[in-house]
Amino acid sequence: MSALLKTGKKYNNKTALFFLAPSLIGFLIFFFVPFVGGLYYSLVDSPVGGNFVGLANYIDLLRNTVFLKAGYNTMVFTAIAVPLNILFSLEFALLLNRRIYGRNIIRMGFIIPLVVPVASVVLVWQILFDINGSLNAVISSLGLLPVDWMKTDLARIVVVIVYMWKNTGYNMVLFLAGLQNIPPEYYEAADIDGASNWHKFTNITLVYLTPTTFFVFVMSIINSFKVFREVYLISGAYPHDSIYMLQHYMNNKFASLDYQMLTSAAFIMAVVIYILVLFLFRIQRRINSTIGG
Amino acid sequence: MQATKHIKKKLTKAALSVVLLAMAVVFLFPLILTVINSFMREQEIENSYSMVTSSSGEQESVLSGKYANVKLIPDMVTLTQYYTALIKRTQFLIKFWNSLIIVVPIILGQILVSSMAAYAFAKLEFIFRDKLFFTYVIIMMMPFQVTLVPNYIMASGLGIVGSYWSIILPGIFGTFGVFLMRQFMMYIPDAYVESAKVDGASQLRIFFSIILPMSKTGLAALAILVFIDNWNMVEQPLIFLQDINMHPLSTYLSSINSGEMGIAFAASTIYMLPMLLIFLYGENYLVQGIQLSGLKG
Repeated sequence: MSALLKTGKKYNNKTALFFLAPSLIGFLIFFFVPFVGGLYYSLVDSPVGGNFVGLANYIDLLRNTVFLKAGYNTMVFTAIAVPLNILFSLEFALLLNRRIYGRNIIRMGFIIPLVVPVASVVLVWQILFDINGSLNAVISSLGLLPVDWMKTDLARIVVVIVYMWKNTGYNMVLFLAGLQNIPPEYYEAADIDGASNWHKFTNITLVYLTPTTFFVFVMSIINSFKVFREVYLISGAYPHDSIYMLQHYMNNKFASLDYQMLTSAAFIMAVVIYILVLFLFRIQRRINSTIGG
Repeated sequence: MQATKHIKKKLTKAALSVVLLAMAVVFLFPLILTVINSFMREQEIENSYSMVTSSSGEQESVLSGKYANVKLIPDMVTLTQYYTALIKRTQFLIKFWNSLIIVVPIILGQILVSSMAAYAFAKLEFIFRDKLFFTYVIIMMMPFQVTLVPNYIMASGLGIVGSYWSIILPGIFGTFGVFLMRQFMMYIPDAYVESAKVDGASQLRIFFSIILPMSKTGLAALAILVFIDNWNMVEQPLIFLQDINMHPLSTYLSSINSGEMGIAFAASTIYMLPMLLIFLYGENYLVQGIQLSGLKG
């Protein structure tokens, strides 16, 4: 289709440029030019009249324990939260896809956290997870020892819960759409063949959900970096060590206007994300071509 | 035999519904608690939550021996917190206004800029189209930790750090809108554009009187998604706005100290109210927008 268009039509560069111009100018000014310009900062020793130092800033950064800790925490969080989030939202989508009572109301309950600003429910998280909070009230009433949720490594669990609360709805909506796009004939044909429910789930549902799952996976990884909002609003600029995220590190570098470190950090992250996204898209293309989707 | 099977099916359905409904209530709990608490007296809030310490900072927390007591039924329903937040302590309204000043231009700007660009990407043929679109998508994928740095470099170059423009301008040119609207416009049949061309309509006319009216749903979905994202903004004000008086309600709410929890609940409720109203009015647009973002093109 697109190949046909290309051969059949001539380029319409002038009109296209007219419509693209506002976006392109803003894109160049605020993203592209400073991004390339930022490369300069990452290679010199001072933002004004600096000398070329090659990769020294990058090496410094990769030796910086605070940066490494922030990167490690961010990675651990992503590695736990993203798969959990996908499992839960897929499960909710599968259940909601069946004919159940109050389907719309239930769906609404899962989606609403998506629109609620993090800042407006922060008090609730503090009340629940404080050392003197309600969760510990329950724990101690069961005769167990109360836990300091926010000041120990357990803070990671709290952050995962808070993240799941906000992000399950988005993925669930995507999975629901994916499920509704599977032609019912596939299931009917399987029924005629006498296939078991499990067989139908693994051979039809999961297979045809693969493209959706990949998209959800990529977007969840990207979105998992936004968890800084929750962490910052609950615990401020200096939270417990285990939840000190990359964005905390960046914020502190902004405060001291350390351009060299900031741009180096941004470039390292950009490269990591770029490789990750490319890799995932490549896998997705391969899977699509095998299932013909 | 057939009847018992039918009953069994109904029972499973009912049990499943109850379990899911319970889960949905758990998800709604933070909202419910915030709204209920906003109608309590300061004294009642104090009694229930005063033992909750600040969870920021390096110092260890201490057990006080008393635990926070979540109350879902107020002793007395009162509007005093709202009275304080809206009339006596005007800084809350000012911060609410600040949020609007930042968000509204971003929504309007992004809708105009990105629907134009999306039209070019979806319906026009031009050189480097696919490569450029791929660059847009990659930028969209970059977490803000990456994009904030170029934004900041440019903002300080233009001398707008500390003003709202440093947040609004990068917000307008975010590439998400272009991506979403392109996905939407791809579904508008080319025949509409072609027949208008045959009738002698200019590209501008085609865009404004055919494409835009047909994209209303997409535009509504985009507006809602951009509103949600930017109403929830935290990182940009922390970095771009040194003057705390200019901050939106989101970052300001977290700086309220624990002695003022009552007002914070009322302010939180006010803060989420526009989003809840939009949700009630536009749930379908929101759902469509999310689904659209998931379609590959």
